[in-house]
Amino acid sequence: MTLKRALSALAVLTVLWLLLPTLVIIPMSFNSAASFNFPPQGFSLQWYANFFTDPSWMRALGSSLQVALITMVVATALGIMAAIGLSKVRFRGKSLLENFFLTPLIVPGIVIAIGLYSLFLRFNLLGTLPGFVLAHTVVALPLVIINVTASLQGVDPRLEQASATLGAGRLRTFFSITLPLIMPGVTAGALFAFVTSFDEIILSLFIQSPQLQTLPVKIYNSVTQASDPTVAAVAVVAMFTSVIVMLTAQFATRKRKRVSA
Amino acid sequence: MGYRELTGMSDLSPIRELNKLSAAGGNTTRPTREPRNWRPFLLLIPAFIIVSFFFLAPLIDVFIRSITDPSLGIQNYVWLFTTPTNMVVAGRTFGTSFLVTIVCLLIAYPYAYLMTIVSDRTRNMLQLFIMLPLWTSILVRTLAWMVLLQDTGPINGLLESVFGIGPLPLIRSTFGVALGMTQVLLPFMVLPLYSALAKIDKRLLPAAANLGARPVTAFFTVYLPLSRPGIFAGSVTVFILGLGFYIIPALLGSSKEIMMSALMYQQISGFLMWGHGTALGIFMLTTTIVVLALVGRASKGTSLFAGRTK
Amino acid sequence: MRPDSIDAAPDIHEQELRQLNLNTQIIGVINDAGISLRAVTKRYGKKAVVDDISLVIEPGEFMTFLGPSGSGKTTTLNMIAGFVSATEGLLHIYGKPVAKLPAHKRDIGMVFQNYALFPHKTVAENIAYPLDRRKISRSEQKTMIAGALQMVRMGEFGDRYPTELSGGQQQRVALARALVYQPRVLLMDEPLGALDKKLREWLQKEIKRIHREVGSTFVYVTHDQEEALSLSDRIAVFNNGRIEQVGSPAELYQRPATLFVGRFLGESTVLSGSRVDSLHGTTTLNISGHDIRVPGEQDSTSLAILIRPENITLHDEGTVTDSTRINSLPVIVLDSSYLGSAWRCEVQLPDGSVGTVREAHSTIVREPGTRAVMRWNVDSGVLLVDTGEAGVSLT
Repeated sequence: MTLKRALSALAVLTVLWLLLPTLVIIPMSFNSAASFNFPPQGFSLQWYANFFTDPSWMRALGSSLQVALITMVVATALGIMAAIGLSKVRFRGKSLLENFFLTPLIVPGIVIAIGLYSLFLRFNLLGTLPGFVLAHTVVALPLVIINVTASLQGVDPRLEQASATLGAGRLRTFFSITLPLIMPGVTAGALFAFVTSFDEIILSLFIQSPQLQTLPVKIYNSVTQASDPTVAAVAVVAMFTSVIVMLTAQFATRKRKRVSA
Repeated sequence: MGYRELTGMSDLSPIRELNKLSAAGGNTTRPTREPRNWRPFLLLIPAFIIVSFFFLAPLIDVFIRSITDPSLGIQNYVWLFTTPTNMVVAGRTFGTSFLVTIVCLLIAYPYAYLMTIVSDRTRNMLQLFIMLPLWTSILVRTLAWMVLLQDTGPINGLLESVFGIGPLPLIRSTFGVALGMTQVLLPFMVLPLYSALAKIDKRLLPAAANLGARPVTAFFTVYLPLSRPGIFAGSVTVFILGLGFYIIPALLGSSKEIMMSALMYQQISGFLMWGHGTALGIFMLTTTIVVLALVGRASKGTSLFAGRTK
Repeated sequence: MRPDSIDAAPDIHEQELRQLNLNTQIIGVINDAGISLRAVTKRYGKKAVVDDISLVIEPGEFMTFLGPSGSGKTTTLNMIAGFVSATEGLLHIYGKPVAKLPAHKRDIGMVFQNYALFPHKTVAENIAYPLDRRKISRSEQKTMIAGALQMVRMGEFGDRYPTELSGGQQQRVALARALVYQPRVLLMDEPLGALDKKLREWLQKEIKRIHREVGSTFVYVTHDQEEALSLSDRIAVFNNGRIEQVGSPAELYQRPATLFVGRFLGESTVLSGSRVDSLHGTTTLNISGHDIRVPGEQDSTSLAILIRPENITLHDEGTVTDSTRINSLPVIVLDSSYLGSAWRCEVQLPDGSVGTVREAHSTIVREPGTRAVMRWNVDSGVLLVDTGEAGVSLT
């Protein structure tokens, strides 16, 4: 089993290379010197204090949360409907439609971004809340559809038939039978949608305006324009927000596996 | 006609009447259409509208601009293919993406293979470790690389104190871009690769060994060909995602060695040359589609979307 | 107490029927029936899965749809349930046209093969579900749920989740859930198909008892002929989207109308031959050179006689003499097995096909290979048109 040992050693190195570099951002955020030099000198919370007291950073955080939450709601609602619709319809070209919903995942973001920029310019949607939500919904929707579809595959269609014979109409059946059963997938999809929007940068860079910037946009602008270590603190906050949300999503899917087992 | 006898009822005459009517066929019965089977289509409409208006329409808009801005014609594509710097940028973009794909494959293959031979618990852990980085935004991770790779950063510091060399151009170079991209794209290689490797019958290798093949020969003649769908799926995903990267080249790359997405940004945002920028966009999109179509045929059955759940 | 959700206006209904030029007698049949299917056809594309079926199911009757898979029995049940709409034809439940009524307004109960219990609800919550839909008060629900659980002998299990129950227990809960709101019609789609033999037989008895207790119209789909015989008031035998015969289990067994029915239900010996003559209601057939008599007359030229194994006796060669009321044929014993209550012998008939004999009182052990004579009463043979189909798989 020397092969397995060698592979394991490689895997450990791979994981370290994947995870460790990102973590340098944490000590940097506690740096007491006003520079990005590593290793940091001393310990200070000044960059966090900066972040939480600077109104422009707070506005960006607020915008990000607002956009992400609304995107989550919109993408989840549309995604559930689309996934259920796709699970029920049968027609020629259905897989074409499925792929249509999923392509935003593989089309280069920069191309969508310039298209949206051009479109939003004309319709005055640049730097608006609806503009951000709609743009983010397009890239969050596929993730909801994928997760809800996976959940739906574990639901016996006869449960819906049973519900109908017992006197429940379509809506009632959806809310008391189908939705509870696909809840793990819905939760995971919703959280994915939230994180996708919260971390989204390329589309946001193009459709931003001084009036509305999301957190990643402000981080990017700050990094490219000045060397302000506050960014490290912001990055840590953003990172932990995403990781916590994704851990929740992970927990939700675990539960899904248990229920379907 | 359809049946012989109906029922054991005492008075059969109405039943016979029923029989006759049914035998008479169409004029007595009206076809009732399959009801409500159009309803699920309604559920698809909202998503369809959103994706059409804010994904498809923008792409069409990009295409239209590329042939109408500033005037109708293919002058933007002529510019694209006849300007030497464009070709250099395109070559660099494809080259970097290709390099990243190869490196990802080399790192991912042993990792994915290990996932197929360990216990369920370890496998779940290995999978979690591969997914964890996906949960952190590219921006934050790139920021971390900037700290590490800068000229006064710890890596160059180490190189200088131990080997007496440097500072090496780790950042503001294609090396930095490739390093960052490889790290971000690795999961997209591991996940489809693993799902393909998991399907390969583990007894094949000992079987080949029994037939006299050396382990290395057995691997290259039996296992590797069987894992081809996974290799294709993973490679195509990494390659096309790599083509469109913007943030990492912008932050880790050199402004003198830009990639296509930066060129697009430059043309549109910097020079307001919408025609040039959109033509570049269509070029990138077309390349993506062509790569997908070419490799998609070879990797049938392996989803490019593997790993986007959970 | 029963909420009447089938609420189509009766005058529209009458009008509709009158438009179809049905005479009042037929309207009477439809109105009096528990379930009435009239010339019902279901096509998928050009293929008719259910082909022009007419059937009247009496109120309170236990009707079984029996047939091999793909015979159209489940599609017919699904049309009654409202999951599938008929391409043509009229469907009435207790006199009300239901073609345009969605499943949840038909007020029927249904039991599925895989139980279809809601996994996220407890047993009691599952049973409360149809009561909630009918806006029945909590306190009343409590007694109804207790009663339903009592009926299926699952009184202790109200707080369990379906996954904590065995298959048989789940199916009893499904029964309770389908019956708690006292639907006039209960549909069962192979409800015992997933259970082992012993449990199946016990649940069959339970279902019979429950049918007696609740008095609803039961429609039961199965491919298991023994189950059909032991449960039903009447059986409709399905084949290729059509009903071959409808009748009581005894009728179907003793007087099958077609070779398919005869072969599908129980064991049988089938003799094919050509007609010699028909006289005084008795037909004589030539079976491999032997004149065999059978009651009845049929027009067709290719005919067959079907005899049930318990109506046949085996005798040693040369020990019997011919009689006008008894048929005899020389056979070769192929196999004989002791069943406890009887000996079951497989014999080779003169034309090479295999027949089955069941002798209840024989003490003679018949060795394979020995020659014998099989005899049966002329009246116990059934004359049928030979449709040419060989055996039917009894899956």
